[in-house]
Amino acid sequence: MARIVVDPVTRIEGHLRIEAQVEGGMITDAWSSGTMFRGIELILRGRDPREAWIWAQRICGVCTMVHALASVNAVEDALGIEVPDNARLVRNIIAATQTVQDHVIHFYHLHALDWVDVVSALKASPAKTSQLAQSISDWPMSSEKYFKGVQDRVSALVASKQLSLFGAGYWGHPAYHLPPEANLMAVAHYLEALQFQKEFIHIHAVLGGKNPHLQSFLVGGMSTAMDPNEPDATINPERINFLLEVAKTAIGFVNQVYIPDVLAVAGFYREWFGLGAGVGNYMSYGGYLQGSIKDSADFFLPRGIILNRDLSKVHPVDPANVTEYVTHSWYEYAGGDQVAKHPYQGETNPKYSGPKPPYEFLEVDQKYSWLKAPRYQDQPMEVGPLARLLVAYASGQPDVRALVDATLGKLKAPPAALFSTLGRVAARALETQLLVNRLVGWIEELGNNLANGNVRIHNGEKWNPATWPKTAQGFGFFEAPRGSLGHWVEIENEAIKNYQAVVPSTWNAGPRDARGQQGPYEAALVKTPVADPDRPLELLRTIHSFDPCLACAVHVVDARGHKYARAEA
Amino acid sequence: MKSLHSPLPLALKTRGVSRREFVKFCNLMVATLALPPRYVSAVGKALSQTTRPVLVWLEFQDCAGNSESMLRTSNPSVAEFVLDLLSWEYHELIMAGAGKQAEEALERVVREHKGEYIAVVEGAIPTADDGVYCTIAGRTALEIAKHVCTSSAANIAVGACAWDGGLVRANPNPTGAVGLQEAVPGVKVINLGGCPHNPANTAAVLTHYLTFHDMPALDQYNRPLFAYGNIIHDQCERRAHYDAGRFVEEWGDEGHRKGYCLYKMGCKGPEATYNCPTVRWNDGTSWPVKAGHGCIACASHRFWDTKSPFYKRLPSVPGFGVDVTADEIGWVATGAVAAAMVAQVAGNIIRDKIRPKTRDDAKKPDDSGET
Repeated sequence: MARIVVDPVTRIEGHLRIEAQVEGGMITDAWSSGTMFRGIELILRGRDPREAWIWAQRICGVCTMVHALASVNAVEDALGIEVPDNARLVRNIIAATQTVQDHVIHFYHLHALDWVDVVSALKASPAKTSQLAQSISDWPMSSEKYFKGVQDRVSALVASKQLSLFGAGYWGHPAYHLPPEANLMAVAHYLEALQFQKEFIHIHAVLGGKNPHLQSFLVGGMSTAMDPNEPDATINPERINFLLEVAKTAIGFVNQVYIPDVLAVAGFYREWFGLGAGVGNYMSYGGYLQGSIKDSADFFLPRGIILNRDLSKVHPVDPANVTEYVTHSWYEYAGGDQVAKHPYQGETNPKYSGPKPPYEFLEVDQKYSWLKAPRYQDQPMEVGPLARLLVAYASGQPDVRALVDATLGKLKAPPAALFSTLGRVAARALETQLLVNRLVGWIEELGNNLANGNVRIHNGEKWNPATWPKTAQGFGFFEAPRGSLGHWVEIENEAIKNYQAVVPSTWNAGPRDARGQQGPYEAALVKTPVADPDRPLELLRTIHSFDPCLACAVHVVDARGHKYARAEA
Repeated sequence: MKSLHSPLPLALKTRGVSRREFVKFCNLMVATLALPPRYVSAVGKALSQTTRPVLVWLEFQDCAGNSESMLRTSNPSVAEFVLDLLSWEYHELIMAGAGKQAEEALERVVREHKGEYIAVVEGAIPTADDGVYCTIAGRTALEIAKHVCTSSAANIAVGACAWDGGLVRANPNPTGAVGLQEAVPGVKVINLGGCPHNPANTAAVLTHYLTFHDMPALDQYNRPLFAYGNIIHDQCERRAHYDAGRFVEEWGDEGHRKGYCLYKMGCKGPEATYNCPTVRWNDGTSWPVKAGHGCIACASHRFWDTKSPFYKRLPSVPGFGVDVTADEIGWVATGAVAAAMVAQVAGNIIRDKIRPKTRDDAKKPDDSGET
């Protein structure tokens, strides 16, 4: 029996530590800990609610913009503002672009090296690699010469004895199964995806001024002024054409590179369709408004909950049922740490009680994380692309139904195979395919509005704070790349009185609750095989399949506003 | 300008395969750094070393936005940095190794490349309560920063948080967060502020360092003058509208649609220095003002507290906006602004300043390419 520690878990956003108990080559128990805390909600207090999004966006620079969108949604809800149709479309385009880009980066740059042995690519025959690539896709960059060039570049790296980012990998680990040719193809696509993510994100540059940290949101709409005849308008016909061209190029990459690669990798690792299932409950708040924000049922990706892996029933989501525990988190509740609190009643007094650094192990039977443990009706929930896909599938969303059934057919796997590590990988890829296609439609709708002279981009009725009620409160929901995101805001005398965020990776990466129920990461790791405890590659596979985003996950709510005397001039 | 739709494989052209690409790349670097053309061969020579300099990238109280920004760099691309120019041996966001193997990689660099490696720092460093608000591998960010940044050849703080504590340090600063320079007093730090940093500037600084083994000319905040020496308002494409009194009065109004000045909507451009309007973002595609939103002065010192509220109109910015408050911009930059009024091109001003400080330096570049 051995306790293994992975800290830092790399190829994620933020600072995550996993401790796991390994017996007989298998994980028997696991603990997930977020090891960084900033306190952004506290910093937001007293500031102008119209600029909350600028601050909240900095919760995360990987899924940049998702907190900006949740924030303007929350303030607009509080003040009763409905945004113009063009603003809804621009937000959908920005959000879908984010998710597509995020998913591609996740697969190639954050997750692929758990499945792909870079050094093995040196043994590949470029001619056979070319044959392999051409057998699974008609992507043009597939010649023998092309793969030889990539292989030469890897050879030069290895020969230099300076492996750079690849230096500390688990190369040669027995859990790597891909043949050398598949490894070489994947390395080539790793490099192509680096180029792809950079060019695809030009959509954000046009509609947000820059990426990361876009700068075009407004409470009431967007700052992207539209005009069919003005060259200096942010959105004009030339820019619409540019966006369309970028989006259509992206469809090619997703359909011809990303999807075939995921299917190819899955084919060599089929046992991972039976590992890493986790808690078995899945939640989605619903994403991408098709029409008015007042019609919360009208989402491209529907809202709902799946319980106990039962796809025959989709349960409704009621925000009143969301609570958080701090039993195993470095916070205190005045009424004792065994009770759960709804975000509106929540209080957070950070109180570190872990071992004094530097330390070797956490005290996992006590408190062990800066993450709280969110629960829905006292149940842990997995959120993210798999949850969205399962809710959409079980709800009968026709696009999702067709795509999932076709993919499962190709893989000769039943729907239950989706409840797994590889199921998360596949769901993320399929969602990318759905959204990149839908993206083109939204850009075309925006272009049609522009051509028809509908240039309204902002609702300014409530821009002046003098028009606001003395007090107001609201919440904004959004399905970020990694799952269900909610921001809550209370406004008093034109300023933020309280601000709260319950974010995707808190749902997934949170610790145990008062009843000892594991969080989704912890539950998913149980029964994961570990061939070599010194090099726990398999552990990384399951954790990475969730796409952790820890900066997002650690947050603080202090409804009573005490204990912060460390103010600076 | 390079086509925005050049085919994907740009990053794949290895130097050995395409000499032409490499020369083109060296030319681009020389242009970015505003060096005279004779420096092309010096840059080329510096970038062709057989042993690549080592870089480690540390993340502390961060959002990873600066890492993501670095992934968007084009000249050089991140693949060129990582595979061809440097040995990028530690970076939590993208490195292959994890846990014990990752930490061993960092330790090996500190041990075997003492005084030789570049340390890039992203994120603030918490100092309250013995630093418990950020630990990696059981060690505090403060301890790691002291350990790694006192043995390096150069430290680069990227983004607002690593420079001055950034958003994490904004009032009430719940974790006692500070920037690298304050956390580890006495070490030499180059600060590349901005939220996030613009990777074009960081790429230029790294290339300058690789070529000259020295940092470019800096201002009083240790920021490179070529990037932080000019006022945004003076470089803004909407400046003519300001001078003519044409302003956006409401979001989405006729003036907004015609690209008028955003000063009345709270734009902080008149008080901010950065080369954001000229370098722009994402391969020069755009910048916030082009997206119709005011500047928030994200490259200014302690901007979260000093430049907010962001929608409040700046007081007293007179016409022909050369008026800046000296304590904000600093005397060095103010001098540069005066020059900018004549030249309007940062490169012309700093060209001479970014050469190595000592001409007799043994590591000075080879000028033989001079024609």
